[in-house]
Amino acid sequence: MISIDEKGYYGKFGGAYIPELLHPCVEELRLNYEKIMTQPDFQEEFHHLLRDYVGRPTPLYFAKRYSEHFKANIYFKREDLCHTGAHKVNNTIGQILVAQRLNKKRIIAETGAGQHGVATATVCALMGIECIVYMGEKDIERQAPNVKRMKMLGAEVRPAMSGSRTLKDATNEAIRDWINNPSDTHYIIGSVVGPHPYPEMVARFQSVISEEMKKQLLEKTGKANPDAIIACVGGGSNAAGAFYHYLNDEDVRLIAVEAAGLGVHSGETAATSAIGTEGVIHGSRTLLMQTQDGQIVEPYSISAGLDYPGIGPLHAHLISSGRAEAISITDKEALDAAFFLSRTEGIIPALESAHAFAAMNHLDYNEGDTIVINLSGRGDKDLAAYTQALD
Amino acid sequence: MNRIKTLFQNKKEDILNIYFTAGHPNLNDTATIIRELAHAGTDLIEVGMPYSDPLADGLTIQQSSSVALKNGMHLDLLFTQLKDARQHTDIPLVLMGYFNQVLQYGPEKFIRQCVDSGVDGLILPDLPLFEYERDFKALFEANDICISFLITPLTEDYRIRKVDELTNGFIYMVSSNATTGGKADADQQQIAYFNRIEKMGLNNPRLIGFGISDHASFSNACQYANGAIIGSAFIRNLEKENDLRMGIHRFVSGIRQEVHQ
Repeated sequence: MISIDEKGYYGKFGGAYIPELLHPCVEELRLNYEKIMTQPDFQEEFHHLLRDYVGRPTPLYFAKRYSEHFKANIYFKREDLCHTGAHKVNNTIGQILVAQRLNKKRIIAETGAGQHGVATATVCALMGIECIVYMGEKDIERQAPNVKRMKMLGAEVRPAMSGSRTLKDATNEAIRDWINNPSDTHYIIGSVVGPHPYPEMVARFQSVISEEMKKQLLEKTGKANPDAIIACVGGGSNAAGAFYHYLNDEDVRLIAVEAAGLGVHSGETAATSAIGTEGVIHGSRTLLMQTQDGQIVEPYSISAGLDYPGIGPLHAHLISSGRAEAISITDKEALDAAFFLSRTEGIIPALESAHAFAAMNHLDYNEGDTIVINLSGRGDKDLAAYTQALD
Repeated sequence: MNRIKTLFQNKKEDILNIYFTAGHPNLNDTATIIRELAHAGTDLIEVGMPYSDPLADGLTIQQSSSVALKNGMHLDLLFTQLKDARQHTDIPLVLMGYFNQVLQYGPEKFIRQCVDSGVDGLILPDLPLFEYERDFKALFEANDICISFLITPLTEDYRIRKVDELTNGFIYMVSSNATTGGKADADQQQIAYFNRIEKMGLNNPRLIGFGISDHASFSNACQYANGAIIGSAFIRNLEKENDLRMGIHRFVSGIRQEVHQ
């Protein structure tokens, strides 16, 4: 049975390794999130917004040409069709409703590629709440279109200038902001990372993905359980959502796909479960890329959304206990998979999602297996990288 | 006996604790900074173990940590430097850093190194109380290494009691809810917080930290606790002084001023 214990651990991973300064913020959330998110009025508003604003349920699409090629029955869960272009908005809708019920007047968030930043700026605009997004100075340069989207939505984008000036530093900056503004601010973390209760709360908001998947598969195939589910993992929020309602269905293989960058052992990678060791990052005990002295190592992936040196504690537990299988995919393999998908099915995926599709070439499966690939986001934001690869 | 415990037994007020980041401004300044701080009249020294992701720290300490890591600071070297510094002074030394550093180094090996190099105490702001109690308390106590936990204006009374129970040495009283290096305005709310803690009659002595930067804020803090901790202001001073030794003496005597009179 896979579940979280009362102190916020999945097996030995998770917990809340936070300075006392952050304790009141996290404790307020821990004591209230479950109560809030199970209230009928919350559930009603959440599901109403997911339906009419986000566009859920997202389709479960049987990919005929793709299936023929791989000799399996392959379905895509179309999170790329969510409003704002990725699954990230499922979580930001949930958290903004929690923030309102905690009477918070100010929202902060971190972002790497900018997808979570855009999803946060979107829900803040929707609710008329002040929004500050921390983004590494380097990422601001690399992801200019999303910076413009956030600004158009009324958010303030603050550059994180410390450390490596990327996602992990943006997360540090957001945490420091929260320390300095404990009473009026809610921090919308974008993935299943951070101190308890974030990993579990975010997973539950994203679990709508597997909840729909079960119903849709049953309707389409007569069986609610596929043979395997494939999802990419940076921090791991789309994978957590796609796996959630199958965690205890041992007949379903869970495939977590990490970004190998230039190669798992190239020194330029984000394949955390392959080369990471147990430690503490952003308030959570999990697997992370670090030196022998415990200094956090800067990751690399072509996909900014997978460019994170840690992994959510749920995934650390699933992978190290053998419940989930990890596959690492290089930049090159992801690019190839993106082009192949575009040309067989007419869908341009996000670079993150392209890693999940590339895993089909590594997965050991039986002919005729039913496989669901979580298509977590659309590829518009990655056109520059795709165009460069074409040249 | 542990030097921190001896200090607090012999001195009850105006205790000056100064923090610096090991490996900053230069890799091998550690022993010099410790020696000069001790000569200049500091009571206690907090040596920062530079970390790549120092969550509780403001810009000054973040930057000094980056510089120190770029300079090549690492824990084995730091313990060697501390052993060297210990030859010349009996001042209590506290190591401050993040839990992951101790976890990766190996807690048993880390504590053994502390004992060997004359470190008296540790501050690990992100180590949860329950985990310390469950996994590390016996190890620390068997080796007579003190630990200080932090309390803030928003820490509930029951947690303050728990902190007091688990701390030995001193309680680190954070002046306001902010990362290090900000300003500590002695407003009414803060004074109420200081008085509330005073009335709790805790077993451990208390030092006030975060935002203490000069003589005025130091002497104000000393009215409400056994002393205070200065970090970011000292680091900024190190960065602007050309002569390390002179700079340290000027800084410490500037802080002390009339407190000694």
